[in-house]
Amino acid sequence: MTAPLLSVHDLKVAYGGIHAVRGIDFEVGRGELVCLIGANGAGKSSTLKGLMGLVAHEGIIEFDGERLHHQATHAIVARGLALVPEGRGIFGRLTVAENLDMGAYTRRDRAGIRADLGRAFELFPRLAERRVQLAGTLSGGEQQMLAIARALMGRPRLLLLDEPSMGLAPLMVRKIYETIADIASEGVTLLLVEQNARLALKVSQRAYVMESGAVTLSGACAELANDPQVRAAYLGE
Amino acid sequence: MDIFAQQLVNGLVLGSIYALVALGYTMVYGILELINFAHGEVTMVGAMVALSVIGLLMGVAPELPGVVVVLAGILVAIPACMALAYTIEKIAYRPLRHAPRLAPLITAIGVSIILQNLAMLIWGRQYVSFPAILPSDKYALLGAQISLLQIVIVVLALLLMAGLWLLVERTRLGRAMRATAQSREVAELMGVNVDRVISATFVLGAAIAAIAGVMVSAYYGLAHYYMGFMLGLKAFSAAVLGGIGNLAGAMLGGLLLGVIEALGAGYIGDLTGGFLGSNYQDVFAFFVLIGVLVLRPSGLLGERVANRA
Ligand SMILES: Nc1ncnc2c1ncn2[C@@H]1O[C@H](COP(=O)(O)OP(=O)(O)OP(=O)(O)O)[C@@H](O)[C@H]1O
Ligand SMILES: [Mg+2]
Repeated sequence: MTAPLLSVHDLKVAYGGIHAVRGIDFEVGRGELVCLIGANGAGKSSTLKGLMGLVAHEGIIEFDGERLHHQATHAIVARGLALVPEGRGIFGRLTVAENLDMGAYTRRDRAGIRADLGRAFELFPRLAERRVQLAGTLSGGEQQMLAIARALMGRPRLLLLDEPSMGLAPLMVRKIYETIADIASEGVTLLLVEQNARLALKVSQRAYVMESGAVTLSGACAELANDPQVRAAYLGE
Repeated sequence: MDIFAQQLVNGLVLGSIYALVALGYTMVYGILELINFAHGEVTMVGAMVALSVIGLLMGVAPELPGVVVVLAGILVAIPACMALAYTIEKIAYRPLRHAPRLAPLITAIGVSIILQNLAMLIWGRQYVSFPAILPSDKYALLGAQISLLQIVIVVLALLLMAGLWLLVERTRLGRAMRATAQSREVAELMGVNVDRVISATFVLGAAIAAIAGVMVSAYYGLAHYYMGFMLGLKAFSAAVLGGIGNLAGAMLGGLLLGVIEALGAGYIGDLTGGFLGSNYQDVFAFFVLIGVLVLRPSGLLGERVANRA
């Protein structure tokens, strides 16, 4: 068995006295789509921020066999991790094209960047039409598309998505999830954080359930979706 | 001679210097929301270093043409100011990056006082005069007189502004600066080394300030350890007038403030029946500052400053 792409051991994140993540373990295998589900305030975003070095944290994070040891966020990005943050984090006063250029900031291969830009516009034709427009003028759904496309411009080896469905109309949510499935099928490894467990369990292969900063359940999505506890707590049944 | 035309010319010359200094305030504010009060002193150091080099060169190589000597002064002042600003940011501001906003502000004032005193120790309390080694040709322009030096100042300032504009709008570093100004966290997520971008911002502003410092001392014919204070306040006022954080605003605000000040100085005697003279020209910057803060705090080109993310 090859080592997982990401393996996390005893990850803790605290804000002053608030223990948002209380020592969790999880893994993401190469080419896998794994989701992390849980209610409001469970600690999902804090987990992702810990991985990216955006918040102080403890624990062992191994990426591709090497430890990410309290590196700066930009260094972690250079190693091949990318996060599409909760709320999208679009640069509203930059154009769509400039946002995408920022996604490729760590890269120097102009030809490759141009090719990936073409691919991003294929994936999201809406962005191609609006490339010279300020990103702040895009609709919420378009901004989410831009955020995902921008992260892909860095050719990440592991893409972290924090609640990509948040605040979007159902039609747009479906479109975004189709795209996530497409991206996964192209071989990009994904860790998806969602409150919308139904969606996440449908698109992912494995899932971890978080509650008050701890992982309480984990397993294949098909199994978890049939788990009475999960059905009651997260699928509203 | 037409007073109006003459004061307009003088105002534009002075204003283009204010604009250069204002750019340094506005760039740093745009990224850190910090008013770097030490920026005026960096400008002063630029003038002082250049004057020292000029004096030295005139001593050892009196045959050198004046233009070459002044150019050499500028070329030494630029890296000196860049190194100074880099050090200030690293030592004084960076450790306070996550402190409440008042802390770096007070620190900035402290740095500015330290620099004034250091400059006083190094260069003394006396005015240092700018030697008369530059050509003093004068031309007539629309009823006003304009000197070669004035022309050079305006042209050079405009070129610098255009260069900075291109850098910010068209280069990778510029894009990273604009991204960092909008969100430091997301910029980091793009792989931007935000600390380095912030350093670059300070250093860039300081390089421009060094040139502005030499310009202002050449223009007035003197420099002084205290000159950064008033110049800094005026440039800051210009940045606020244009909309702090906004590059075009700093350029516009600088030029406008220069013109307001010059016209005000030209007519203040008439306006007050001779009660106040042109030595009161400094008050106009503060009228403008107060007026903007009361009437339009976001400045001419600024967006809502109050609730930025
Ligand atoms: N910057 C912060 N300072 C203090 N407490 C924080 C901070 N960020 C998050 N928290 C707290 O940490 C806990 C976990 O928050 P987190 O954002 O990780 O949850 P989440 O699972 O992503 O929730 P949601 O689904 O609402 O996004 C919450 O109790 C939250 O209030
Ligand atoms: Mg969250």
